[in-house]
Amino acid sequence: MNALAAMFMRDIRLAVRVGGGGGIGVLFFLIVVVLMPFAIGPDMALLGRIGPAILWLGALLASLLTLERLFAADHEDGSLDLILMSDTPLELAVAAKALAHWLTTGLPLVIAVPLLGLFMNLDGHASAAVALTLLAGTPALTFIGLIGAALSVALRRGGLLLAVLVLPLTIPVLVFGVSASNAAIVGPLPFGTPFTILCALTLTSVVIGIFAAAAALRHGME
Amino acid sequence: MRLEGVALACIRGGREVFAGLEFLVGGGEALLVTGRNGAGKSTLLRLVAGLVRPAGGRLSLSGGDPERSIAEQAHYLGHLDALKPSLTVGENLRFWMRYLDLASAKPAEGAEYTALAAVGLGALTELPAAYLSAGQRRRLSIARLLAVKRPIWLLDEPTSALDRDAQDMLAGLMREHLSGGGIIAAATHGPIGLDRARELQLGAIRPGIHPGIRP
Repeated sequence: MNALAAMFMRDIRLAVRVGGGGGIGVLFFLIVVVLMPFAIGPDMALLGRIGPAILWLGALLASLLTLERLFAADHEDGSLDLILMSDTPLELAVAAKALAHWLTTGLPLVIAVPLLGLFMNLDGHASAAVALTLLAGTPALTFIGLIGAALSVALRRGGLLLAVLVLPLTIPVLVFGVSASNAAIVGPLPFGTPFTILCALTLTSVVIGIFAAAAALRHGME
Repeated sequence: MRLEGVALACIRGGREVFAGLEFLVGGGEALLVTGRNGAGKSTLLRLVAGLVRPAGGRLSLSGGDPERSIAEQAHYLGHLDALKPSLTVGENLRFWMRYLDLASAKPAEGAEYTALAAVGLGALTELPAAYLSAGQRRRLSIARLLAVKRPIWLLDEPTSALDRDAQDMLAGLMREHLSGGGIIAAATHGPIGLDRARELQLGAIRPGIHPGIRP
């Protein structure tokens, strides 16, 4: 446990210090969402209707942006070699890193939603619904992205490969995240159904993501 | 304690790096791995560290902790320093101490300062690692070997970037490690200050001829 706590704390420290990725995701999220009303025009009703989808897309892209460095940084400076040699199971180390990553990049997105909802003409109730679905759904984005981050280290291709690999896998999360938000805002579907599926997707991706990422890293060190 | 490689073979990127490699190194002994560039010195060390899978042959360690793999009992000092520039010198070392040292739930208080003082970085504990020179980064990586006790040291050109004083300091630390019964395998081009060391020369391999070990 001590080793994992050390890993977790190190990644949190790295994210919040200068040059870390902590603030970048939120800034990117802010920019994407602020640009939308300019592109779509001042149609308040339209903005309100597509608001949840825009916020979800923004969160998806923002969480991808910072994921790329998750393993690549450790690979480049040699830390990954030592992590692989350690007695701590790689799966747990990966999980600790993912958790730290979500706390420093996923959670701030959720917190920023009530503010950004104003740009999308969402009222308090609607913003709360989007924030709740993002709270349940962003861990899925992190843990699915974990697989892509590990693969891009294993395949020694950075950047865009991650997006190409990960984005198709996030479609179910996006579908149920947005439909749960819309269900809460306009109905007529009950909120519980898509939201429960969203939670199930998150739990599944936590399990699969950790093992798949660890397997990719092990394989990639060859 | 005895680390033995039998008929080791390694293939990287479709190319045979070495084959039929044999070595034996006992407790308190050092193995100097020499050879031209590309002969497979680093690959051999990474293979012992479990970071590269052998294409053939086997590695065995007798007299170590049977519960742990060779990699878990080895320190690997590669070309990369495994340091985070935004963490301080102390934080970098403390992280690896806590991450690598499972035996003691809490690293001994002061072990960190002893290790940093031994490599001459005692005064820089609070400095972010981004400001360290190449040699100082190397010293900080070496401090990791001292702070967490592991019997096998795998050193890949350990003297690179080190000034003369630091090279002497490293030689002293290696002699100390050997006198405690430890094992060192070092890839090197020049002398690293160990008098009695076995040498394993790579690269002079022709098919059917196994490289010998010269005492």
